[in-house]
Amino acid sequence: MEQYRLQAIDLTKVYEDGKKGLVTAIDRVNLEVKDGEFVMIVGPSGCGKTTLINILGGLNTATSGEVLLDGKPVQGPGADRGMVFQGYSLFPWLTVQKNVEFGLKMKKMPKAQRAEQAKKFIDLVGLTGFENALPKQLSGGMKQRVAIARTLANEPEILLMDEPFGALDAQTRVVMQELLADISKKTKTTILFITHDIDEAVLLGDRIYVMSRRPGTIREVLDVNIPGVRSHESLVLPEFLATKKKIMDMLWQESMDAAMDQ
Amino acid sequence: MKNKRRYINVEHLLSFICFALIIGLWCVLSFGGMVSELFLPSPVAVAKRIVELYKDGSLWANCFESTARVVVGWFWSVVVALPCGMLMANSRKFSAFIQPIIEFARYLPVVALVPLTLLYLGIDETQKYTIIFLGTFFQLVLMVCDTVSGVDANLINAAKTLGAGKWQVYKEVIFPAALPGLMDDFRLTIGWAWTYLVVAEMVAAQNGLGYMILRSQRYLATDTIFAGLILIGLIGLITDFLFRLLTRIVAPWHERLTDK
Repeated sequence: MEQYRLQAIDLTKVYEDGKKGLVTAIDRVNLEVKDGEFVMIVGPSGCGKTTLINILGGLNTATSGEVLLDGKPVQGPGADRGMVFQGYSLFPWLTVQKNVEFGLKMKKMPKAQRAEQAKKFIDLVGLTGFENALPKQLSGGMKQRVAIARTLANEPEILLMDEPFGALDAQTRVVMQELLADISKKTKTTILFITHDIDEAVLLGDRIYVMSRRPGTIREVLDVNIPGVRSHESLVLPEFLATKKKIMDMLWQESMDAAMDQ
Repeated sequence: MKNKRRYINVEHLLSFICFALIIGLWCVLSFGGMVSELFLPSPVAVAKRIVELYKDGSLWANCFESTARVVVGWFWSVVVALPCGMLMANSRKFSAFIQPIIEFARYLPVVALVPLTLLYLGIDETQKYTIIFLGTFFQLVLMVCDTVSGVDANLINAAKTLGAGKWQVYKEVIFPAALPGLMDDFRLTIGWAWTYLVVAEMVAAQNGLGYMILRSQRYLATDTIFAGLILIGLIGLITDFLFRLLTRIVAPWHERLTDK
């Protein structure tokens, strides 16, 4: 049996909603992420994507099913699964440097070593010169760069990203996508990335899981084969457009079905 | 920058005008002979009285005694309320255990507890600290709990996924994130501590501003009463200023609506 970096087996989350009774957020979700792979999960709003990634990251618990990291079951949050959130979640009282050092400080890494490690990742995300800035002095794109550097500096086994560029304007988003594609190539970090943006999914992913509407299930898995370096220029390649069309059709079908349900 | 400067000056001017209006009204009422000198001494009489108190040394002595009582009583209240409130905000079980009794105690008028404190503790300083503690503690615990509960859960989640343990989350995230709010809670409670100080000093004390005010009533020395009230108010203003300054020092990252 092949060893996966991250594996979700039959994850199901049922929660109780006062008015609606029992609600199934995700239903028997299975997925695998291989070492060094960039995997996307795309799905309509409210399909349980965030619930799924929070379970993988240990911030939420599954009603049934299992999460395996390098073949071993994991529970609760940990530094082995780094997370990047849509809302940045930077510590406003810490400078860029101290934010990036945070995880290393938790590990009790010596001061000099952690400063050096943080510098390396601040440089990787292109924020050299902003080490002493406070988060409130940075733009949205820069804040997300800090959040990415903070998570990567911790050298997690896998990087879980929950719509990290969802709050950014269109231009900044493309810049950040290119930056992330570049970082993934340079560092060979394994990444699982959630989005509702089809362009983003096709542009960044090696493989794409398409989720159905609620209760969220895996509807299909697609391999993405786009030649060359992923950049804004990939957005008009025929391979890109063909994959995008496939996903659009699936999600369109999902929204039609959802409309019929109501 | 230039604009901001001018804006602050307008604010200072407005604060000054408010005080000037009140003193103006006071002058009209007393110099205009509308209210008897016995009930409302003139500003000049009160100022003279303050100078006298300063000269005979009782001004500093009373201010010092009272401030020391407030600070000690309030300090103990903070020392106990801070961990209690933090624990309440983060542990449902602890909250279920302690919240009802705190809510119950919060509604007991402290004045009604004075006889018991006198009976148990006598009339020494401990009794005064206890009154101030009882007056502020139960409110402060709930305020701390509320402030700590308000810490952005996303920051706590981020810290956990960065490998922070339970204690590290407290120390490195919850406490610093709550600090500006906690400073506000402390600032408000030290104000209430002054209220309870006067309660304590009016019952059994040989010095302090509350005692000075009470004794003046017996001799119909309204000028001394006013002097005492003004001194308490001034100490309050200074305390408030110091707290705001301290907040800016310990949490310079914190943004307030009024800063913009």
